[in-house]
Amino acid sequence: MFKVIKPGLLTTIQDLGRKGYQKYGVAVSGVADSYAHRIANVLVQNPEDAATLEITLLGPELKALKSTTIAITGANLNPHINNKPVPMWSTITVKKGDRIHFKGYSSGCRAYLAVSGGFEGDNVLGSKSTDLISQIGGKEGRSLERGDYIYTGNDGTLLKIPTRRRLIPTLIPTYSSNVTVRVILGPQEDAFTEKGIHTFLNSEYTVSLDSDRMASRLHGPKIEHVKSADIPSEGMFIGAIQVPKNGLPILLQVGRQSIGGYTKIAGVISVDLPKIAQLKPKDKITFKQVTLEEAQELLVKQEKLFTMWKATI
Amino acid sequence: MEFKVAGDQAVLIILGDKRSEQVTSNVQKLASLIESSSIDGIEEVILGYQSILVNYNPIKITYQTIKATVASLEHKLTTSHLSTNTLIEIPVLYGGEMGPDLSDVAQFHQITEEEVIHLHTSPIYTVHFLGFSPGFPFLGGLPKQLTTPRLDSPRKKIKAGSVGIANNQTGIYPTDSPGGWRLIGNTPIPLFNFNKKAPFLLSPGDKVKFKAITKKEYVEIVADVKGRDVDV
Repeated sequence: MFKVIKPGLLTTIQDLGRKGYQKYGVAVSGVADSYAHRIANVLVQNPEDAATLEITLLGPELKALKSTTIAITGANLNPHINNKPVPMWSTITVKKGDRIHFKGYSSGCRAYLAVSGGFEGDNVLGSKSTDLISQIGGKEGRSLERGDYIYTGNDGTLLKIPTRRRLIPTLIPTYSSNVTVRVILGPQEDAFTEKGIHTFLNSEYTVSLDSDRMASRLHGPKIEHVKSADIPSEGMFIGAIQVPKNGLPILLQVGRQSIGGYTKIAGVISVDLPKIAQLKPKDKITFKQVTLEEAQELLVKQEKLFTMWKATI
Repeated sequence: MEFKVAGDQAVLIILGDKRSEQVTSNVQKLASLIESSSIDGIEEVILGYQSILVNYNPIKITYQTIKATVASLEHKLTTSHLSTNTLIEIPVLYGGEMGPDLSDVAQFHQITEEEVIHLHTSPIYTVHFLGFSPGFPFLGGLPKQLTTPRLDSPRKKIKAGSVGIANNQTGIYPTDSPGGWRLIGNTPIPLFNFNKKAPFLLSPGDKVKFKAITKKEYVEIVADVKGRDVDV
């Protein structure tokens, strides 16, 4: 159990998302960077879908009301306990009364804090994820506030780990503020001119300030449509890059609506989704085309490494 | 039927290039065929006006397998019937505070408010899909005489249950939210309740008919709904 002393910029309870209800108009929501979230959970011996705290840029200050084990992964927001820096991608023992806090950000945008037993939260349609738009899940459907108490699944049970568990360094991602993201063209690549596709694949875009968990809006050279930028509303998917009439791409993230009516030029491949989850305003992004087969091979390879690591701990 | 790659975890299936009764019905039939086949690796489907988006787990199933499996279901479209032809009657208190744009809509079409209500309650609508926010139904079948553009500037807050018109569509706001549809009435029936086993009143493919009610009936239904909050 923790008390929120300071909430930070945007700290929410998230798990792997609210799946199976998109056809009823419910957003998936969930962690933006599922890779970092899953690793944090594995480190503290939780199921991969246990709820963690998603912490954005400026971290919160939390007071531990019971001793427990935590792990912090994802963006480097300079985590500290009682003013001493603590390692990331590793288990950390927290004692009753300890203050967990963060000192500014060094790389990435979103950090994940997992606790032994997982965080409790409002379970709506099978998920504890906070959906800020529909105001459901997590802590009353909102981000954490000063004075909140947040509960954990197995309160007070100190995880018995003989030695510190950590992620092997080769699996720790690096978050750059200048990324190349691999994409598969489609489903509406035909709605763009050859020049438009060329612009998209050969320009540098900047993440706008107007970006959130729903989408990252990008500034840069305008992408030319053949004719219309509108399509009959259809299902949307994670990493979809939609281009409305103004020609500026919008990267759809976990908080996206389930349905949309703008042309989509491409989709970001699964293994690169953490890269877009970790983008912050003013970061630069370029796109590189790959095939579906390449994308899926990369994912299979990543999952193999993840499973192998998981088996070793 | 056309298959399109949508990232590496989804397939878009396009069932027609124009909105028609036939396409709408095929979208609904195919979506339910895919769901009832419980294909390992297929996670969920999202219905659109003319398409179905199939979300899948690429570790478990490939794009090619989904394409082949779904294509093999195509022949069933002509023989299968929609099982979800449920007709749901939705009571609406039209006009006044509950439908602040009713008089504008009437004026726009140079008809009386009563005629708007009559036209709106006449057809049997089809739920194309739900989207925008949880439980928001996009209904097809609005009489042409009621086609009305959106408001020039959207309202900041619309009361849950508001029934609105935007161009050739009609729909219901399930929760308090901003929006630009022209509001002609309000239903006291909640569109979803997360405490219930079946949380959503409407599913894609359902048929809907609106029924005009009086203020007294509205108040009675509100009280009745409060009494039956949980059925789990």
